[in-house]
Amino acid sequence: MSATAWAWLVLLFPLLGSITIALGFRALPQKLAGVIGTVSIGLAFACGVAALIGLLGEDPEARHHASSLWDYASVAGLDIKLGIYLDQLSLFMVLVVTGVSTLIHLYSYGYMQSDQGYHRFFSYLNFFVFSMLLLVLAGNFVLLIVGWAFVGFASYALISFWYRRETATRAGMKAFVINVVGDIGLVLAAFLIFRELGSFDYGTVFEKAPAVFSTNEWTVTAICLLLLVGAFAKSAQLPLHTWLPDAMEGPTPVSSLIHAATMVTAGVYLIARTHVLFALAPTAADISAFIGLATLLVAATIALVMTDLKRAIAYSTMSQIGYMVVGVSIGAYSAGMFHLMTHAFFKALLFMAAGSIIAAMANEQNIDRMSGFGKAMRFTSVTMLCGGLALAAFPLTSGFFSKDEILAYAGARGGMYLIFVVLGYFGAFLTAIYTFRLIFRVLQGEPCAEARELIETGHIHHAHPFNPATGEQEDTDVGFPGPEHHIAESSAPMRVAMAVLAFGALFGGLIQVPGIDNVVADWLDPVFTGPVLAHVHPSIAWDWIGLAIGGAISLLGIWAAHWLYVANPDAPRRLEARFRGLHAFLFRKWYFDEAIDVLVVRPALAVGRFSNRVFERFVVDGLVSGTEGGVRGASGVVRAVQNGFVRSYALLLIAGFAGLALYFLLSSS
Amino acid sequence: MNTDWFVVLSALLFSTGAFGILLRRSPMVILLCLELMLNAGNLALVAFSRMVGNGQGQVFAVIVMVVAACEVVVGLGLIVAIFRRRLPLNVDDLRELRG
Repeated sequence: MSATAWAWLVLLFPLLGSITIALGFRALPQKLAGVIGTVSIGLAFACGVAALIGLLGEDPEARHHASSLWDYASVAGLDIKLGIYLDQLSLFMVLVVTGVSTLIHLYSYGYMQSDQGYHRFFSYLNFFVFSMLLLVLAGNFVLLIVGWAFVGFASYALISFWYRRETATRAGMKAFVINVVGDIGLVLAAFLIFRELGSFDYGTVFEKAPAVFSTNEWTVTAICLLLLVGAFAKSAQLPLHTWLPDAMEGPTPVSSLIHAATMVTAGVYLIARTHVLFALAPTAADISAFIGLATLLVAATIALVMTDLKRAIAYSTMSQIGYMVVGVSIGAYSAGMFHLMTHAFFKALLFMAAGSIIAAMANEQNIDRMSGFGKAMRFTSVTMLCGGLALAAFPLTSGFFSKDEILAYAGARGGMYLIFVVLGYFGAFLTAIYTFRLIFRVLQGEPCAEARELIETGHIHHAHPFNPATGEQEDTDVGFPGPEHHIAESSAPMRVAMAVLAFGALFGGLIQVPGIDNVVADWLDPVFTGPVLAHVHPSIAWDWIGLAIGGAISLLGIWAAHWLYVANPDAPRRLEARFRGLHAFLFRKWYFDEAIDVLVVRPALAVGRFSNRVFERFVVDGLVSGTEGGVRGASGVVRAVQNGFVRSYALLLIAGFAGLALYFLLSSS
Repeated sequence: MNTDWFVVLSALLFSTGAFGILLRRSPMVILLCLELMLNAGNLALVAFSRMVGNGQGQVFAVIVMVVAACEVVVGLGLIVAIFRRRLPLNVDDLRELRG
C-alpha cells in the first residue's frame, strides 16, 4: 500500500472507534468500550508507522504526497477536494498525536473506570483524536478549518464532560468561545489567501505565494496575522490564553491529552505548516515570536504562585508552547517541532501523575493540602520526578536538548534575537523553580491525612467529594470519583502508560544530540527549505555551550526550589509577605481575566442589554406590532361583512348583480 | 301574444322570489323562493326562444331544471340534517360562520 493509503487509514480508525462506541453505548460492556477506544488509536499509530516506513523508502525531496477521495466543492474557479497532504511534517505530527494519544487512552482505561460516563468519554476522546488528525493531515485550508473547528468542539465536550458541575460547563463555554475567536481569524485568513492566490490547496498556495507576494507586503502580513489569531487561540498564547487554565475542570486524562500533548500544539503546527507565508512576512513572524516570548514569561511567573496543581501545570504548558512558538517563528522549525514532541511526552506524564495524586485526594487540587506523597505513591512519584526533570531541562533529559536547541538557533540569528536567548534562559530558570516547587511540595514533607491513610492501609475511603471551587456536592452519577473510589495508581494500564512516557521523557531527547545525531531535523528539514533562513545554523560548539548554560540554569533553579521549599520551608511565606502586591498580581494571573472582562465581556454585555432594552423593544417590537396592528385593523373592516346572516349575503349578491346590470344598461345606452 | 308580457311576468316572479329570500327566515321557504327565481328565469328563456324561433332557449331551460333538481336535493338534505340535529329552522339563528 502507498503511504497515503496508510494515512487515510490513520484517519479512519479513530472515526470508526468514536462512532462504534457512541452508537453501541448501551450494548457494549464498559471494558469493551475502553478496549475499542484504545485499540482504534493504537491501530492509527500503527498505520502512521506504516506510512513512515513507506516514506522512508523514498527520496527525501520527494516525500510529499497529496491524495483526495472526492471533490468537496467544484464550482466557478473553486476547487476544494476532500484531500490530505502527507509530508514529513504532517507525518511527524501524526506520530506524536497518535503515539501519545494511545498511551493516554490506556491511562484513561484505568483512570475513568469508576466514572458513569465511561462510554461517552471514550467516544469523545476518539472523536478528538480524529479531529486532530484531520487538522494535521488536511490538504487544503478548508479541511484544515473543519478539523480546527472539530477540535474546538471536542475540547468543549471534554472540558464540560462532568456536565452537572457548573464550573466545568462554564469553563467549556469559555474555551469554546475563545476558540471561535481563533476560528474567525483562520477563516478570514483563508478568504484572503483565496482572494490573492485563487486556491485553498496547500500545494498551489505555497507554490504561488513567493511569486505573488513581495516581502512584507501588507496582504501577506495580514494573512499571517490572521493565521496567528487562530494559532494563538488554539495554542493559548497571550491574550487568548485564559481558557486553558480553566480547562483544567475536565477529567485529568483530558488535560493530559488535549491541553498538554496535542490540541494546544495545533497553533505551532499551523505556523510551521504555513512557513512559506511567514517567510514572506518577517514582521508577522517577529510579532509572533515576541508574543511567544511574552507568553512564556508571563505563564512561568504565574505558575510560580499557583496553588492549584493542575492549573500550575497548565500555565507551564502555556509557557512551553511559548518556547515552541518562538522556535517556529524565528525559523527554528525542526527545533520547535522537536520541543513539541518532547513536551508531549513529559507534559502528558506530569498530568498523569497529577491525576493519580488528585484522585488520591478525592478531586482536591490544592497543593497546600498535599504533602508526603513520595512515600505513599512510589510509582507515581518516580514518574512525576522523571517528567519534572525533563520539564526543568535537567541535563541529558529530553527537555534539555529540545529547549536549548531553540535558544541556540535564536543565538545563531544574532542581533535582536539575542533577547530571546537571554529571556528564554530566564524562563528556563523559572521553569525549573516552579516545576520543583510542585514536586517538593507534593511529594516531600510530612504526609498529609490522605497520604498517611494510603501508607497505613493501602487504600482510601472517601465520602462524597465536594467541588473545591463552589463547595457544591459533586454529582457522582456523571462524575468521577464515584462512591467506589479507588486509588488510581494501582491499575496496570495506567502504570504501563506512565512508564512508557517516563522513558520518553528521560531519553526522548537522545535522538537529537548536537554533533552526534540529528534524527528530527534530518527528517523535517526537506519541508523547510525556505530560501530565507536555510543558511542559519548554530555551530556545534555553540550548541554545546548553550546546553552547558541551560544545564547550569536548570540545576540552579532546582537548587533554588530546594532552598525555598525544603531547606527553608517558611521562606516562601516570608517572600509572599514581603512582596504582597507582586504576589497578588501573579496570583490573580496578571489580571488577564479581569482585563478581558472589562474590555470585552462587559461592553458586549452592555451592548446586548442596550439592544434588548431599546432596540428590541422600540424598533423591532414597534415594527412587528405595527404590522400586526395594521393587518388587524384592515381585517376588522373586511370581517364585518362576514356576519353569518345568510340573508345579508343574499342581499349583497342581489344588490351586486343589480348594480352590474344597471352599469351595463347605462353604459350600453 | 307579445313576448313583453312573458318577460314582465318573469320579472315579477323573479322579484317575488328575491324578496322572499331577503325577507323570510325559514330555510324551507327560502328554498322555495330560490326555485321561484330559477323558474322565472326559465320562463324568460322559453319566451325569448319562441320569439327568436329556435330551440336553444328551451334546451337551456331544461338544463336549468336539472340544476334546480340537484340544488333541491342538496338544500332539502341540509334542511333535514338541521331538523334532525334539533337546530332552529331559522337562518338568522344559524350564523356560526360569522367572521
